[in-house]
Amino acid sequence: MCMRNGWLALLLVAAAAAGDDGPGLGMPVPGAALEALDFTVLPDGTGLPPGEGSASTGAVLYRQHCLACHGENGSGGANDRLAGGQGSLDGPAPVKTVGSYWPYATTLFDYLRRAMPYNAPGSLSNDQIYALTAYLLALNGIVDDAAVINRDSLPAVRMPNRDNFDRAWPEE
Amino acid sequence: MSDDDTFDAGNGLLGRRAFLRAGLAGGAALLTARANATEREPWMRAPGAGMSESGAPSRYEDGLARVAISSQAGTTGSGVSRTPLEHLEGIVTPSRLHFERHHSGIPDIDPARHRLTIHGLVERPLSFSLERLHRYPQVARIQFLECSGNSGGMIAADPPQAGCGAIHGLISTSEWAGVPLAVLLEECGLQASARWAIADGADAAMMSRSIPLAKLLDDAIVALYQNGEPLRPSNGYPMRLFVPGWEGNMCVKWLRTLRVSDVPAMTKDETSRYSDLMADGRARLFTFPMGVKSVITSPSPGLGLGPRGRYRISGISWSGSGRIRRVEVSADGGASWTDAVLDTHVLPKCCTRFQAAWDWNGAPAVIMSRATDEAGDIQPTHAALMAGRAGNTFYHYNAIQAWRVDADGEVHNVHA
Repeated sequence: MCMRNGWLALLLVAAAAAGDDGPGLGMPVPGAALEALDFTVLPDGTGLPPGEGSASTGAVLYRQHCLACHGENGSGGANDRLAGGQGSLDGPAPVKTVGSYWPYATTLFDYLRRAMPYNAPGSLSNDQIYALTAYLLALNGIVDDAAVINRDSLPAVRMPNRDNFDRAWPEE
Repeated sequence: MSDDDTFDAGNGLLGRRAFLRAGLAGGAALLTARANATEREPWMRAPGAGMSESGAPSRYEDGLARVAISSQAGTTGSGVSRTPLEHLEGIVTPSRLHFERHHSGIPDIDPARHRLTIHGLVERPLSFSLERLHRYPQVARIQFLECSGNSGGMIAADPPQAGCGAIHGLISTSEWAGVPLAVLLEECGLQASARWAIADGADAAMMSRSIPLAKLLDDAIVALYQNGEPLRPSNGYPMRLFVPGWEGNMCVKWLRTLRVSDVPAMTKDETSRYSDLMADGRARLFTFPMGVKSVITSPSPGLGLGPRGRYRISGISWSGSGRIRRVEVSADGGASWTDAVLDTHVLPKCCTRFQAAWDWNGAPAVIMSRATDEAGDIQPTHAALMAGRAGNTFYHYNAIQAWRVDADGEVHNVHA
């Protein structure tokens, strides 16, 4: 780790030298504009907006927006299976779903807000995305059906497969 | 050609030692066969077509196109198209034939409105228009781009019977020109805790990946040009991230933001997709560099042999770790090997063309290539690569490719 940081420090020095040659034409960005651009949610919950949603609300939204591609109860269809598969990863036919494979629950909010529903990304409110997140976690038995998901509860959800990943790139 | 000294390896293979000498045979005969009487072909009897604004392939070659195009059910822009490797020579892929992997189609971006914004753990969040980026120093390098899922069909016990491009065509090589990320990141000023940057695209899926800052500072660029012209929309117009030698998915197209961070974001793509599940149920995360690899593009399925005799073996090799040091070829299923000839351009993180000559005796044979890079990494066999992997893990497939040539000259895909 020390060596890696040392290496990074060297690169930073090299970059500083290169930067001397840059014309310095970047334009400052106002804080509000930055906020509007920032869709990233980190595993510790940084980036999660206010709002909340329950699994029961999410179940209704799922039927409207997700079921056509992802099947009844997240069983899969034209597109990815989202539920089940727990216990299959070390067997002959691993089934990778949100519940069996995904290491972080925050990834659900991050991805749903960016990209779903496929034909109308950006059409769901933050409350609706929290509700769908809650529903998908409940479908996989990770939270109970009454759970409410928000910026505080989501990063606290521990995914079942979380500890089964090994980093080939060690840097934190 | 009957004495055994002619050959460098079993079953009629002429490698580096004999390739050039053998390749020159027959030239004199062609010269003496010329007729004395002059004559003109029809196209030599009148002026040809005029100039045009944009060149097009010969009408005899206009069937040359991307292959094995597929998209997820109900979509047209969430899938792949592949480069027809078996019909190309040299190392550069024509831009129109560069493979595609999109997650929600190709956005129609107005370059006047598009900005790249760098923010997060920086002293000064800054935004860069295309017009401003054009005023920065640029670098141009010829390098490959390979999807981490390339050749994924090869994990099947019964390998797919399809053309070389349909199987392995999620790799292309271009000259990429653009602004070094190091210059832009330095202008923003990195904070001491900065270790990663999360790149977002401006497509409808806002594709995102976390990339180690050390790599971005080392050799990544914001690419603006491909093969001398502005990027095509299917390759990220007006700007894309280009991360040499690493998973193609990290070269985020239509680059919109880089959020500098102390940790990776654990995005959907880097966790649920581009991670490698092993047989014991554990998965490898952040396996970024593309491994050393090669494939014989000719002969290959669909490009079979005619009568017995002299043929040229040609293929491409590459490594995400640097230059190709050596490519060996075999015509007897791996029983014996000889070095192929590498073309003049052996560039780091770039495709290198290799060739050998083969006197095919008309009998069934299995031909193979095996690349070694300057880091000393060598392509594994299919069995060695699959050992320890979950049966459905298809990323980073770089095993030795074998083609079986039948007595009738047809070529089939086999595991060696």
